[in-house]
Amino acid sequence: MYLDTASSEPLHPAARDAMVAAIDRGYADPRRLHTAARDARLLLDNAREAVAGALGVRRDEVSFTSSGTDAVHRGLLGLAGPGATVAYSAVEHSAVLHALAWRPDVQARPVRVDRAGRVDLTDLGDPDVVALQSANHEVGTLQPVEEAASRGLPLFTDACASMGRLPLPAGWSVAAGSAHKWGGPAGVGVLLVRKGVRWRNPFPEDDRVDERATGFENVPAALGAAAALQAVVAERDEVDARQRALVDRIRGRVAQIPDTDVVGDPADRLPHLVTCSFLYVDGEAVVDALNRRGFEVASGSACTASTLQPSHVLAAMHALTHGNIRVSLTRDATEADVDGFLAALPEVVRAIRQDAGL
Amino acid sequence: MADLELDCRGLLCPLPVIELGRRIGEVEVGQTVAVASTDAAAAHDVPAWCRMRGQEFVGAEPAPDGVPRYVVRRLS
Repeated sequence: MYLDTASSEPLHPAARDAMVAAIDRGYADPRRLHTAARDARLLLDNAREAVAGALGVRRDEVSFTSSGTDAVHRGLLGLAGPGATVAYSAVEHSAVLHALAWRPDVQARPVRVDRAGRVDLTDLGDPDVVALQSANHEVGTLQPVEEAASRGLPLFTDACASMGRLPLPAGWSVAAGSAHKWGGPAGVGVLLVRKGVRWRNPFPEDDRVDERATGFENVPAALGAAAALQAVVAERDEVDARQRALVDRIRGRVAQIPDTDVVGDPADRLPHLVTCSFLYVDGEAVVDALNRRGFEVASGSACTASTLQPSHVLAAMHALTHGNIRVSLTRDATEADVDGFLAALPEVVRAIRQDAGL
Repeated sequence: MADLELDCRGLLCPLPVIELGRRIGEVEVGQTVAVASTDAAAAHDVPAWCRMRGQEFVGAEPAPDGVPRYVVRRLS
């Protein structure tokens, strides 16, 4: 049972259908003037139109990038001019942290978060640019983007965790999304730049259809991403209600396991994910034990990270960083699926603690 | 010096916290335990352990070799 959609959602059937239909048509260079090129250009424009419609933005605000990470890098760095000060929440995705670290001229300052992982806007200061995610990718807590934007500062929002699942928050200047997180293909990001916002391409230019992006357009993938987004938005009220109830069920049951930290806001959160940490439990051991029983989950514990550092998100929230798992549901997860997981989890945790002598 | 010094140098998470959980009972209520740990997670997980187990996190200070010592007071 796949419980890691916050890392990557399985391809939506609508994306598959659109990509299969486009893969034999969308090969030509959409900048050329011949018939095959015009056909590819038409498909790309359709994809842009569909994404704009699904997100409620103008079509000329939509760019396709080579990944969600690329959209984050471009979006944020294009908004931060030379020597800019940038205030970012301490729980931003590593793509935001790496982008800021790459720009030595930028003065970047983390803004503290509360125990739920929500940014404390009294600590925002007076920066040139604000970077604030729509929702946290590890713990699900929604961020007060609209309130932060109400101060009139240019605001970049990394919306990768929520795009398609929730409407975009109001007030952003630039936003980023990632298709494989909503059921589109990997290798497609969405960069949104509000009409009239001062944004400059921070990377080398390219002479493509869209001056904000570089590289030859992957037309079939863009179309698949757009089709999946349309489908996910159309299904979202029903899926959201179902996933929310299942996550409430998980949160309630997991909280009964002794010495467990259930992390993130219980209500003001993404619909599909929950994170918890079990005292005295090795993160890698719990992921492996669950996997042996057929449950595939992610972990933010240091022993599961390539860096051997604990999750900076959990650390900023003062949450327990070891014994951590993140459970995120597929769109078709059922109560029976969740109950199977909830039957296995307490036993797995108990066994690992017993092995540790506790 | 704390009332009990735990040398957890070289142990990876969650072993320093497991050691703390196992041995906190060796000191009286009101006494302190220090965990010396080279593990990056201990800086977050010793205070989190105190919050979850109802004990007091006194603070962190370096041992003579520079390794952080996390000091905990037993409250219950």
